Amino acid sequence: MFEAVLLTIITAATPLLIAAIGELVVERSGVLNLGVEGMMIMGAVVGFAVANQTGSGTLGVIAAIAAGMAMSALFGFLVLVLVTNQVATGLALTILGIGFSGLIGEAFIGIPGLKLPDLYIPGLSDIPFIGPVFFQQDALVYISFALVIAVAYFLFRTRLGLVLRSVGDNHGSAHALGYSVIRIRFAAVLFGGACAGLAGAYMSLAYTPQWVENMTAGRGWIALALVVFSSWLPLRVVIGAYLFGAVSVLNLHAQAVELDIPSQLLSSLPYLATILVLVLISANRRLTLVNTPACLGKPFVPDR
Amino acid sequence: MKSLLKATVAAVAFAAAGSAANAADVKACYIYVGPVGDFGWSYQHDQGRLEAEKHFGDKLETAYLESVPEGPDAERAIERFAREGCNIIFTTSFGYMNPTIKVAKKFPDVKFEHATGYKTADNVATYNSKFHEGRYIIGQIAAKQSKTGVAGYIASFPIPEVVSGINAFLLGAQSVNPDFKLKVVWVNSWFDPGKEADAAKALLDQGADVITQHTDSTAPLQVAQERGAHGFGQASDMIQFAPEAQYTAIVDDWGPYYIERIQEVMDGTWESKSTWGGLAEGHVVMAPYTNLPDDVVAMAKETEAKIAGGWEPFTGPITKQDGTVAAEEGVTLDDGAILGMNWYVKGIDDKLPQ
Repeated sequence: MFEAVLLTIITAATPLLIAAIGELVVERSGVLNLGVEGMMIMGAVVGFAVANQTGSGTLGVIAAIAAGMAMSALFGFLVLVLVTNQVATGLALTILGIGFSGLIGEAFIGIPGLKLPDLYIPGLSDIPFIGPVFFQQDALVYISFALVIAVAYFLFRTRLGLVLRSVGDNHGSAHALGYSVIRIRFAAVLFGGACAGLAGAYMSLAYTPQWVENMTAGRGWIALALVVFSSWLPLRVVIGAYLFGAVSVLNLHAQAVELDIPSQLLSSLPYLATILVLVLISANRRLTLVNTPACLGKPFVPDR
Repeated sequence: MKSLLKATVAAVAFAAAGSAANAADVKACYIYVGPVGDFGWSYQHDQGRLEAEKHFGDKLETAYLESVPEGPDAERAIERFAREGCNIIFTTSFGYMNPTIKVAKKFPDVKFEHATGYKTADNVATYNSKFHEGRYIIGQIAAKQSKTGVAGYIASFPIPEVVSGINAFLLGAQSVNPDFKLKVVWVNSWFDPGKEADAAKALLDQGADVITQHTDSTAPLQVAQERGAHGFGQASDMIQFAPEAQYTAIVDDWGPYYIERIQEVMDGTWESKSTWGGLAEGHVVMAPYTNLPDDVVAMAKETEAKIAGGWEPFTGPITKQDGTVAAEEGVTLDDGAILGMNWYVKGIDDKLPQ
């Protein structure tokens, strides 16, 4: 029973985790991309379409990443080169993604999809409880954890990570020191797009292997909230994503065991929990400021 | 963008078809709330349109607008259709009710048909389907097939249509096994494949081995297929998503109704009325029974025939959850009581969200 609940939580949390860790890097570089939902849905449709046409889940995942990156490149060009308003551009990207994915996906409605296989590690997978939970997941679950560790290491243990953070904290100084703010930000935006695309692929190839319009159903927005929730710290994103996944899955279990709590209240619990944590975090203002990228959302125009 | 493009194409088609319209006897127009590719509600209405087109051939011309938001936009869309020479306009979502009535006043010569609403006028008729008839049958199948004696029900919103579906399902199940248990999970959404899948997993983890749903995606059936459990399709036949898991599906078939009403427009016999058709009228159709033993298929078909013959699943004795009597032995609930149902029958442990 506990094992089954845990397995459901993992599938619910993984797309949030992947999308959020990408957006975290973007925001650390000082760019706010509100288009996560749009990039995610594009990843979902392109991943499904390619997997369906080629019969290969791997190619589907790669195509989804490419689709997310293409969307983010468009965003990057607009906000970094043409210096458009980041909030408006991000919102537009989401609307574009939802509409365009519907157009591409029209031919794929009502077709059962391909499910990414669970990796089975001989020996380890056979351990009771631990085996099924930790060593019998599909590849993307492992990738999600690898991504978090890699991003945490990159941001806080490498020189390039320090440069990226400094660009996000004070783009003027970083520019004066000779770092290309635009280029670094563009790379971060592309990484965010790749992650959002991958999260989309998880939706249409592992979570619910099918394509239907608007199937991400707002998960991109939750990923955005999780970045703030984590106060821009990678390991806290894991806590946030799993907490959110756990509360939303436990809500369904609570209903099935017939706990006498209104279902509307249970459905809103994940959001209430997020708000509560945000309040607790922001209570300690100094600690929050330490991690908030100081130049988040501010346009940068290099003086020549 | 997509619907805009299609709308433009449709508009151009109208202009071009200006003279061709004279060739066809009747022009029937449809307004859909979702994309025709939702594989659910709007998809089934569009299948009905295509069926009518096939039936009448050259005598009928059709047009449709998809993803029309409920509200002021709908009024514009309906009015445009009315101006462009549509003889009969089908508005296929509850939220089009007031816009339909408003436009109908301006165009007394055009016939209007509004799905799932309750307001009629001289030139506005309403139509809906008795989906609960199908739910009674799948309840019986679930009770026959379940080994654990527990079914799971993924519900969307506590509106009468959903509540009467849950009640009909349990009444059907109780007719086979009086102790049958039903677990209800509300996902508070019509459409969220991920959440529906999670709900299906939760129900299966809690001992249900047959699940059914009143939400629109195929995700719960896919979960059932993966776990070796069983379930039922919703709105359309979803067998290709769960070839081993689907027992049957409750299919909305609007085709016969559309053909009947368009024929009446052609004959000049159309008049406003409220149609609430079910298995008898062919508006609700059971998909082929699969993955079932012969005796269960026979039972399901027998019930299907009984309901088609005029028997109402909401026939007493029916006891409400709180123990009060809803219908005495042999008494049938009237249409109003079913269409406004806001109570559970006895045997459901869930508390109805208010």
